[in-house]
Amino acid sequence: MKLVDEFRDPALAQRCAESIARVVTRPWRIMEVCGGQTHSIVRFGIDQLLPSQVSLIHGPGCPVCVTPLEMIDRAIAVAERPSVILCSFGDMLRVPGSRSDLLGAKSRGADVRVVYSPLDALAVARTTPDRQVVFFAVGFETTAPAIAMVAHLALSEGVRNFSLLVSHVLVPPALLAILSDPEGKVDAFIAAGHVCTVMGLDEYRPIAERYKVPIVATGFEPLDLLQGILMCVEQLEGGRHEVENQYARSVAEHGNPEARRMVESVFEVVPRKWRGIGEIPESGLGLRAAYRSLDAEHRFELGDTRAEEPAECHSGRVLRGLEKPADCPAFGTRCTPEHPLGATMVSSEGACAAYFTYRRPVA
Amino acid sequence: MTLSPSCSLPLRHDTVQLAHGGGGRLMRELIEQVFAAAFDNPVLAARHDSAVVPVEAARLAMTTDSYVVDPLFFPGGDIGKLAVVGTVNDLCMAGAEPAYLTAGFVLEEGLPIDHLVRIVRSMADACSESGVTIVTGDTKVVDRGRGHGVYVNTAGVGWLRDGIDVRPSRIRPGDAVLLSGDVGRHGVAVMSVRAGLELGTDLESDCAPLAGPVRALIEAGVDLHCLRDLTRGGLASALAELCLDAGVDVEIDEASVPVHDAVRGAAELLGLDPLYIANEGRMVVIVPRDDADRALQLLRGCPVSSGSVAIGCVSEKRRAFGLVSARGAFGGLRPLALQSGEQLPRIC
Repeated sequence: MKLVDEFRDPALAQRCAESIARVVTRPWRIMEVCGGQTHSIVRFGIDQLLPSQVSLIHGPGCPVCVTPLEMIDRAIAVAERPSVILCSFGDMLRVPGSRSDLLGAKSRGADVRVVYSPLDALAVARTTPDRQVVFFAVGFETTAPAIAMVAHLALSEGVRNFSLLVSHVLVPPALLAILSDPEGKVDAFIAAGHVCTVMGLDEYRPIAERYKVPIVATGFEPLDLLQGILMCVEQLEGGRHEVENQYARSVAEHGNPEARRMVESVFEVVPRKWRGIGEIPESGLGLRAAYRSLDAEHRFELGDTRAEEPAECHSGRVLRGLEKPADCPAFGTRCTPEHPLGATMVSSEGACAAYFTYRRPVA
Repeated sequence: MTLSPSCSLPLRHDTVQLAHGGGGRLMRELIEQVFAAAFDNPVLAARHDSAVVPVEAARLAMTTDSYVVDPLFFPGGDIGKLAVVGTVNDLCMAGAEPAYLTAGFVLEEGLPIDHLVRIVRSMADACSESGVTIVTGDTKVVDRGRGHGVYVNTAGVGWLRDGIDVRPSRIRPGDAVLLSGDVGRHGVAVMSVRAGLELGTDLESDCAPLAGPVRALIEAGVDLHCLRDLTRGGLASALAELCLDAGVDVEIDEASVPVHDAVRGAAELLGLDPLYIANEGRMVVIVPRDDADRALQLLRGCPVSSGSVAIGCVSEKRRAFGLVSARGAFGGLRPLALQSGEQLPRIC
């Protein structure tokens, strides 16, 4: 299949891995930021192709995993109101809140629907004017433009029964939080190609400069990842710390200006709590004052609830790159996809789920 | 009085009414003009409370299944075809020659009669393709809003020839694992309608009876150890179940499993694994290694299984967990376990 097979060629992958082995002279720790990249790495066994000096650390780039517990609780609370239809991306449904998940709420009678695009949620609102339709808006910069577009349409069309429960997060502040963590030891970043497709490379340059850390915007296929790793190792071995673009077939220097304008016009940067990590300043997107009428937290007066993670769950350490999933004593025993302790075991992009799916001992 | 099935008074309503399940004239009209007209056969024509049928073998295979698919119509099939094919295939997987089906309908008040007629005709077509007859049935009507248009239950009976013994416990280490075609079509076809995904392709469900290839294997005397049709949960779940039931391990070569480009594309887009996507016309065939080539030839000779391939082999149980494992293009092994719940599409 075009644009897939050529990036999964085993012989080319082997050659790329050999190039990395030729260049590397000492140990390096490289973090892939995005959960989609983590899944590719574990699914295709990219880490097993690498020389022992290169270790990959899995980053916090899974939007489902970092959506705070209380936000799931709020989504459930909204969904349980009889007048409400809650629309969500599919993999939010099994993420545990403090008492239940959205699938549980659905089985108790809440109207929870999976949509593939935020535009579908707006369509539901148009066709059911007597119900309140709430879209659970989560994600990084990747999904923000589509959600901004929907907010813009809802406001300009005057769709009064539509609102957004927003828990959007941004990548660069998370990198800063990881780099300033005294426990953290990341030498280079594989940045998420789709985030850079929207935002471009500009905002990574000050980070690379200040922390002397190479950052390479990278795609999601095995050869993309291997090449991104090679570019990181070459920089590290050469003493460079630049922002480079491996994913040039998708990422332009300044991203997608149209999409950025749309995001900027609808959202403003706000502080955001990250599940397992805590509050990071200027790390989220919230609706601007002009769009406040679409904010479900205001419309339904959801209040400021707080909730605590189960102490047994190490997902915070996993998300900060301090532990691998299998280092957690609960992994695969008291924490499984059927009975997850934390979101990283549930999401299709969560590191714990990736290890559970692809990496349990089979030989 | 016996009404001839060809008696074609026009139906007085164009949607299903509660009275169509009420046991009166309307119900009789529905039975005669929709069901009997499509399923016409001498056993059904006896109009008795039970079907009375001759038994042609010392051993019977019996199975039942209920069909609730949403949407009722999808590319390559509909709930009616599925209800026949699913039950026929379950009989075939026991090595049986499918013979008779029952059909129970739960209709929702307001269902357009022409939808019902389409569904029933497609059941009749699937019956003739599979060589089975529907010998008895039942109809109930529920209030509008309390059903999903139509639910269908079918039960099936098939004959077992002497000496045929096809079941998981006959699986032996060293056996070959064959797959009767590409995987994931049904799940993606249904999902594309359900979600309004425009895949830019004419991909259809693989929904089809497997009676032909199973008959061919049995008539040629292939020593069938086990057959399993792939339904919900896909290839991976079917193999994982067989491993648990038979107490063996299976290793497959992931690259050898055929997947249509449209299925791969949709799976990539939605973050789904084709090995776990639903099928309705595919099976795995487990035979001694020495029979594998001959079985493959026979399978490839039938249209429904013309894309058959060998995908792996059975080994002794030796792993702590992850009974089925797939070897990927990069050489690593990954476990294929039973999944928890349905696959959910990812965010980005």
